[in-house]
Amino acid sequence: MSNADTEHLLRELAPQVLGAVVRRYGNFADAEDATQEALLAAANTWPVDGQPDNPLAWLIRIAGRRIVDQFRRDDARRRREDLAASWSIASPDPNVDTAGGNDDTLILVFMCCHPSLTPAAAIPLTLRAVGGLTTREIANAFLVPEATMAQRISRAKAKISASAEPFALPAPAERAERLRSVLHVLYLLFNEGYASSSGTDLARADVSDEAIRLTRAVHAALPDDAEVTGLLALMLLTDARRAARTGADGELIPLAEQDRARWDRTLIAEGVALITEALRRGPMGEYQIQAAIAAVHDQAARYDDTNWSEIVPLYVLLETMTGNPMVTLNRAVATAMTDGPGAGLALLDGLEERLGDHHRLHSVRAHLLEQAGDNDAAIVEFRAAAARTTNLREQHYLTTQAARLATAPAT
Amino acid sequence: MRFMLLQNYGEVESHCAPMPEWSPADIQAHIEFQQVLNQELAELGELVDAQGLAGPEVAKFVVSDGKGAPVITDGPYPESKELLAGYRLIDVETLDRALAIAAQASAAPGPNGVPIQQPIEVRQVLSAPDPEM
Repeated sequence: MSNADTEHLLRELAPQVLGAVVRRYGNFADAEDATQEALLAAANTWPVDGQPDNPLAWLIRIAGRRIVDQFRRDDARRRREDLAASWSIASPDPNVDTAGGNDDTLILVFMCCHPSLTPAAAIPLTLRAVGGLTTREIANAFLVPEATMAQRISRAKAKISASAEPFALPAPAERAERLRSVLHVLYLLFNEGYASSSGTDLARADVSDEAIRLTRAVHAALPDDAEVTGLLALMLLTDARRAARTGADGELIPLAEQDRARWDRTLIAEGVALITEALRRGPMGEYQIQAAIAAVHDQAARYDDTNWSEIVPLYVLLETMTGNPMVTLNRAVATAMTDGPGAGLALLDGLEERLGDHHRLHSVRAHLLEQAGDNDAAIVEFRAAAARTTNLREQHYLTTQAARLATAPAT
Repeated sequence: MRFMLLQNYGEVESHCAPMPEWSPADIQAHIEFQQVLNQELAELGELVDAQGLAGPEVAKFVVSDGKGAPVITDGPYPESKELLAGYRLIDVETLDRALAIAAQASAAPGPNGVPIQQPIEVRQVLSAPDPEM
């Protein structure tokens, strides 16, 4: 069994092992540490000694041994009493261990995306506890030292332990709200990885793969939830463009200029099928609308074939639903395509008050001014956007746009 | 979000004497303050890197036209107050948090434990772009 096979299997098994160990021993933070140790032990020994007959049982046994060792090392008597207590409460039935499956994954995702955690804390914890990634892998992906990431994860776990939540799905009354937190964390995780996918940033692409894998797991556990389906569709329809989105030197290629032959047709087909199904089922939600917009883009053979008249009402709906001024910016771009740049520019009026002096406002205005033929004003706006962005590639792109217009022969 | 917190050799707002003129105990307290702050940031999962740089006396400037031998200038420099003394690279959730850390660093103790009010330059590190979704 190769290292890659082992790694793949371990990531699949990670949430089931953790689920079983938490059920048996009660304490989430200790169980998570023990699971991580068992996964590391397997990663080190299986490629050499071969995979055990029942990998899941092996991992649960090793993790259990680690946790018992830990209890023994700790302040002995009190902890042993706690252990005895948690045994009897958490696992009256010894056969309950491996019965978790999808449900355990779902429970763990709910715990790791607990509303008491900020997304910056929930994301690495979810990657480790549910995704089975090591602290080092997560630290590499987020470009921070391993010790820093370890602290972030252990603080997140301490907060969850402090919340004293039972290892179970949230009560029905709060489940919808809790699911919103989960989807938000998965969405941000996907963005983290999608943001770059070339050269030195390869580790980041793994992060969006991981976001998709986790969202697939949540979808498998909640196949009837339209927003979960919508989010998965959105990720697939966006990820389908990954190869076309950056050039050879990592420079950004905007949607209008992407080589659509490089889009992943398989992902697009799956995404379109998912969003079609979700929209039929309802109720409508913001991830479904974003996925529907992505589907319209992905189904256009050329940029000029984009069905903007289908996109505009989707942005209007999304704007009403979220009140997010960023959505208004996108609506302005789409409106410019159907009704001309003047109509798009009109939608930008007054947006400063809601959005502040934001680089995206300047860059959208720059594009629309260029479309309207006002190159001098567009140059000023491109430069203003370049000065305000905090994104390296975007800064290159915007500076280049300003330079292109400034050096273009007057028409 | 990543930020660089930069500090120069320039005059501090408390107008205290330069560090070589402080008492050993005050210098020790200042260094300890910096270490404790780093430790605290590490435990919060916010510290990426923190370094102090060797003094302007051993700094060098290099200029090259890409063809001939580079021009290398040794210190000391009349404008040494503008040189970087050290930096912290932090990874935090908000600009406000970065500003709060900068404020902590600015109030590092000087002679007799009085905060030196060092100006801290806060600069966001450019990141990868957002996806177009």
